[in-house]
Amino acid sequence: MPDLTALQGTEASLASHDVDAVFIFILVIAAFFFVLTQGLLIYFAVRYRRKKGEPPAKTPYITGKQWLEVVWIVLPSLLLVGIFAYGVIIFVKMRTPIPGATDVQVTASQFQWSFKYPDGRTYSNELHLAVGKPVKLIMTSRDVIHGLFIPDYRQKQDVLPGRYTYLWLLPKRIGTFDIYCSQYCGTGHSLMRATLTVMGQNDYLAWEQSEKQKQQSAGASPKAKGKALFDSSGCGGCHSIDGSAKVGPTLKGVFGSTVTLADGKQVKADEEYLRESITEPNEQVVKGFQPIMPTFKSTLKDDDIAAIIAYIKTLK
Amino acid sequence: MSQTESYLAHKGFKSWALTMDHKRIGVMYLVTTHLFFLIGGFLALLLRLKLLSPGPALFSAHTYDVLFTMHGAMMIFLFIIPAIPSSLGNFFIPLLIGARDVAFPKLNLFSYYLFVSGILVILISLVQPIDTGWTFYTPFSAENSAAVTTVSFGLFLVGMSSILTGLNFIVTIHTLRAPGMTWYRLPLFIWGMYGTSVIQVLSTPVIGITFLLLVAERLFGVGFFDPAKGGDPLLFQHFFWFYSHPVVYVMILPAMGIISEVIPCFARKPIFGYKAIAYSALAIAFISFLVWGHHMFVSGMSTTAGVIFSFLTFFVAVPTGMKIFNWIATLYKGSISLDSPMLWALTFIFLFIIGGLTGLFLGSLATDVHVHDTYFLVAHFHYTMMGGTVMGLFSGLHYWYPKITGRMLDERWAKHAWWMIVVGFNVTFFPMFILGMQGMPRRYAEYPAKYHSLNVLATVGSWLLAVGIVIMFANFIRSLNRGAIAPANPWEALTLEWQVPSPPPEENFEVIPTVTDWPYSYGKETGDTRGK
Ligand SMILES: [Cu+2]
Ligand SMILES: [Cu+2]
Repeated sequence: MPDLTALQGTEASLASHDVDAVFIFILVIAAFFFVLTQGLLIYFAVRYRRKKGEPPAKTPYITGKQWLEVVWIVLPSLLLVGIFAYGVIIFVKMRTPIPGATDVQVTASQFQWSFKYPDGRTYSNELHLAVGKPVKLIMTSRDVIHGLFIPDYRQKQDVLPGRYTYLWLLPKRIGTFDIYCSQYCGTGHSLMRATLTVMGQNDYLAWEQSEKQKQQSAGASPKAKGKALFDSSGCGGCHSIDGSAKVGPTLKGVFGSTVTLADGKQVKADEEYLRESITEPNEQVVKGFQPIMPTFKSTLKDDDIAAIIAYIKTLK
Repeated sequence: MSQTESYLAHKGFKSWALTMDHKRIGVMYLVTTHLFFLIGGFLALLLRLKLLSPGPALFSAHTYDVLFTMHGAMMIFLFIIPAIPSSLGNFFIPLLIGARDVAFPKLNLFSYYLFVSGILVILISLVQPIDTGWTFYTPFSAENSAAVTTVSFGLFLVGMSSILTGLNFIVTIHTLRAPGMTWYRLPLFIWGMYGTSVIQVLSTPVIGITFLLLVAERLFGVGFFDPAKGGDPLLFQHFFWFYSHPVVYVMILPAMGIISEVIPCFARKPIFGYKAIAYSALAIAFISFLVWGHHMFVSGMSTTAGVIFSFLTFFVAVPTGMKIFNWIATLYKGSISLDSPMLWALTFIFLFIIGGLTGLFLGSLATDVHVHDTYFLVAHFHYTMMGGTVMGLFSGLHYWYPKITGRMLDERWAKHAWWMIVVGFNVTFFPMFILGMQGMPRRYAEYPAKYHSLNVLATVGSWLLAVGIVIMFANFIRSLNRGAIAPANPWEALTLEWQVPSPPPEENFEVIPTVTDWPYSYGKETGDTRGK
């Protein structure tokens, strides 16, 4: 069987191979009809061509041929039923729960993905999985509709506010893969990307162990709590912490700096400025940026905001 | 005034602005819609220019979002939906059925002004240009700070205009056919326009109401689409596609009608399978109302609904595919002249086959999951909408230009433009199939570097395409004054519009003709002329 991986990316999950098989099936049928119809079209156009200025030749008066019309209705219909059925079988298979799958909670927000494991560890724009271990993504959105798309897995599912949608993944290959947002969600849509890292089962266990230890030793300091909230609230989707430009201003070195606002005013970025930027984000918009940030007034409590500010202070 | 005076004889602004002549109204639509074709095309060039570079370049992501929204909304609502029905339909439906005008000439002019006022309202929105995409998905469009309310209202007016035009055409076709013009003697363009009008009348109210709901959501926070208030964001998508899928056939059926006129005339053969083509227009119009869910396979809609919509989608492919076979069979043993209208008609078939076959991957559930919302989809609908509808429109424009203007086009320049556009079109859009298979999502202002080279190729193609379009429009404008004077029937066609002078007199027919035969008697033993 021909291989589509050069075109569609590696077949990195259970679904990839199945979807590619359907793709090739349709491709063969489409190629047949392509050659047939385009061949006849071009052949007739050349074969029966009349030179410019020549009077039309005598043409036969053919208004139809019933048997022929029946053939070209029935034959394609049968093939279409075949394509339909094959597509349904694989689609249903892709949506059938894989037994023993681990739940991972996915929260999409403009413009960031957050992945939460059963033990509470949360990662921003990073999903780590073990090869051969099935996972169920339980997905919801904090704001508008997004779409989780892993091209190498041939898997895609829209992510909606106010309800859960699901994806079942069974990684087959070790490596790193792209996760895109496939449903247009605003200015940062094309940068709403995450990385899927698939590890061997032992490597995964070691990684998980060290992550858990890291979390314990960080303890309950406001800074660590702030970092966790920063990741789970999706702040990093728009605000970098390394000075690079994103949809929103970077937070590196922002505390204590002087900020120029859209109306030309200059303000000092103190605790109150940061607090207001979180609760009433469109009151003081930084010059050069769009007033698009949602408010976090109802999602973050006062000590959550204090923790995030404590974390932002460390971004020097 | 004299009986033979052309419909263009009267000059001056008022003679156009207050006209109730279907031909003049058709010309006004023609100019208006094509203006937006050129603007929308220019915006597409800017989009492609930005995508020359994978990173931030040229303008901001927000500007990119605004531009692709404008490009889509203009091309769909202000160009491709009204382009053939309102312009060529208005001009030629009465001529083709042997009538002096449409059934309601005043309503016809009113529809045009509704259309223009809709456009003006949309232009007002440019103060805060919208970035929702032409699909207006909630909750993004409901919470958006741009002028979504204004645009919705503008599109509501444009939709009203579309409903009234459809109604006008349906009544015209039912009541104003010349004596002897039975349903089976109707030119297939009329069948196509009939199917189109039915869809317009039945589906456009749905989008109108959907826009009103969106406005209510934005102004009063009603919460139809807001889960926090017990609403459902998917409801909007159902409403939207309930209109927007049938409307795909509003775009394509008239083009198929044009092809069904041009192919027999330039092949000097009767159309193959007249009744099949005629009924397929109605079948498509009907089934098109039942397939909207194929836009929503990965939206969170249930698996069962996906299965049903996938089945119905393949069902609608049957009458569409059948037409392709009919046109190709019409060419068999013809005496084919490759004048520009025919070149465009053959190009329509060539590109539409590609558009149709790639639709199989989108209609099949399993493969749609992968290619949905990627550049594969972008390529597919440009092959069907531009490769299909717009090529059909070009065919119609080249075919009927002598009738509308009384001048012939420059055939040499028409062919230069044809080459450029065909090559440019494929270089622009074919790479997008591969980009989509490789996973590049649509509506991406910036993209991973691995997609770079194919994007560069597509951008270069867009330049060729643009040059071709410019040559074509230059030919249209230049020939207005400098083209050779057109005879009444330059293509020796058998339909009624060619039996009157070019351009037609104001009242179309001095005497309403009596029809005795169908319009496809090319090659019939009894002679190659109408009415034996
Ligand atoms: Cu997104
Ligand atoms: Cu559709």
